[in-house]
Amino acid sequence: MSKQLKSPGLWISLVIVAAFGLWPVLAGNKAYARETTFTILKAVALASSLNILLGYTGYVSFGHIVFFGLGGYVGFYLMRQYNAHLALAVLAGGLSAALLAFLLGKAILRLRGAYFALATIGVNEAVRAFIKNFDPLGGPIGMTLNFQVYKAYGGPDRALWIAYIATALLTLVIVLVSFLVKTSRFGLGLMAIRENEDAAEVMGVVAPNAKTWAYVLSALFPGMIGVLFFFKNGNIEPGDAFVLHQSIEAIVMVMLGGQGTVLGPIVGAAAYQRLRGLLLVSPLFKNIQLAVAGVLLLVIVLFVPAGVIGWLRGRFPRLRRVLE
Amino acid sequence: MLVPSLVDGLLLGFVYGIAAMGLSLIWGVMNVINLSHGPIIALGMFGVYLVFNAIGLNPYLTLVLVAVMGLLLGILIYWVAVHRVINAPHLSTLLATFSVNMIIVGIGTAVFTTSPRNVDFTLGSIAFGPITLPWTRILAAVAAAVVTALLYLFLYRTPPGKAIRAVTDNRAAAELMGIPTNWMLALSFGLGTMLAAISGGLIATFFPFTILAGGSYELKSFVICVLGGLGNPLGALIGGLLLGALEGIIPAFMETSWVPVLEFILFVLILLVRPQGLLGSKT
Repeated sequence: MSKQLKSPGLWISLVIVAAFGLWPVLAGNKAYARETTFTILKAVALASSLNILLGYTGYVSFGHIVFFGLGGYVGFYLMRQYNAHLALAVLAGGLSAALLAFLLGKAILRLRGAYFALATIGVNEAVRAFIKNFDPLGGPIGMTLNFQVYKAYGGPDRALWIAYIATALLTLVIVLVSFLVKTSRFGLGLMAIRENEDAAEVMGVVAPNAKTWAYVLSALFPGMIGVLFFFKNGNIEPGDAFVLHQSIEAIVMVMLGGQGTVLGPIVGAAAYQRLRGLLLVSPLFKNIQLAVAGVLLLVIVLFVPAGVIGWLRGRFPRLRRVLE
Repeated sequence: MLVPSLVDGLLLGFVYGIAAMGLSLIWGVMNVINLSHGPIIALGMFGVYLVFNAIGLNPYLTLVLVAVMGLLLGILIYWVAVHRVINAPHLSTLLATFSVNMIIVGIGTAVFTTSPRNVDFTLGSIAFGPITLPWTRILAAVAAAVVTALLYLFLYRTPPGKAIRAVTDNRAAAELMGIPTNWMLALSFGLGTMLAAISGGLIATFFPFTILAGGSYELKSFVICVLGGLGNPLGALIGGLLLGALEGIIPAFMETSWVPVLEFILFVLILLVRPQGLLGSKT
């Protein structure tokens, strides 16, 4: 493990994320910088988590946002009904998302490639319909946090900063976890499954277990980030929590940066969010943002399937130690 | 109370079956899951809507135009997005067709916005004893049956149809026999999207819609395809009828918004219990 920790690739990734995280602390317009960076960090966390399933194991999940939404709902519910502390709520949100992944995984992970992808499309719709009808969780209107809750954390402004710092720390953790998975035997097993599941099983990888763990791990962090996001928001509703659109964006970010690498999702998330920011203010492109993302994904899939980092690693083998 | 909604569901099931047939055809011929299926259904809806509003042409006649446009669009999508990645791992074709989905939805949302549209076309209803059925539903079922028959005629009685079936069986052998397999694949993709567009046009005659409406029909098509067996168009039709019947019965027992949950559960159950579907898949 200590040898792994000496890898320059890991430190470059961590430093980049830390730099993003520190920017609002040092910037002028703190609130604006904080909100922008929060979006980027959330994207990095989501993309890195999805990468464990998509990049390392080779299983496309079109409905990954469901873990973000469910985690958010559980954490929010605990804070609202039982006045739970944020840390507890975050943990509960993450664990419930992981539990959902575990149960879902039991059902759908034995489906190969394409069928699994289709099942994940259905999951998002199904969970959203379920939450909409499930009244204890607010039904279609969702739930709102009593503003008094923020008092416990020293007022709304401090609460926002606490949520932000927690998110930044979580993002650092997920990047570290992503690296550790990649360089471990577990990760090797996952990548073997990606290349040829049957051959991997013959070589001794217990595929169902490995896949389940990968799925659970990829759900844990989005669940936690979900709680933080909706804590900041002050309210949650099915329309906001299960935006299929965001699952798609996560896929684009992973593919753009480079699936199966640690640095890839970070680069992809940052680049995509920047692009999105530019598109949203341009009057011409504002409405066709999804179409532009689609064109981007198509070009990547057709011509540069390894993404930016993947392409760089292929083109410049010397950089492989650095660009994990 | 149950029988009218059951009959209604069955008629609707015919149309679902057409949509699923399109998906099943592409899946069966080239092992590609067309994730742009939903938006193409929506485009079919818009096609009928626009022509109806522009020149008031009978929607059933517009269907011919919509079918041709669907065919051409499919061929275009094949050459642009699918051709390069057809031999690549599944992930690539999934993402490629999915990106086409995003492009169509993105442009569609910008051009049409998400306000619901309606084709103001009614032909009145007819009563069969206790059941009153709108003519549009009956004609849609009839049109679906006609399209199925035409598809079968094409696949089994015409040279291009036979060529497509040859490519499905063994692409390399077909190529050796002199069949231009790339164009046959493009044609099959086009046929698949044509069926999707036709089903969209039919649905437009009785439901309001937006560019996003295709999504739920896409999910239904997936469920129907695995229910009926992949690559098996007859299975798709029967699966469609079954799903339609199910949708007709469910509202009697619980709210309609639970339908996606049930469809998903059904989908997973079939894949776990009988993955080759009810009628068996092509392989």
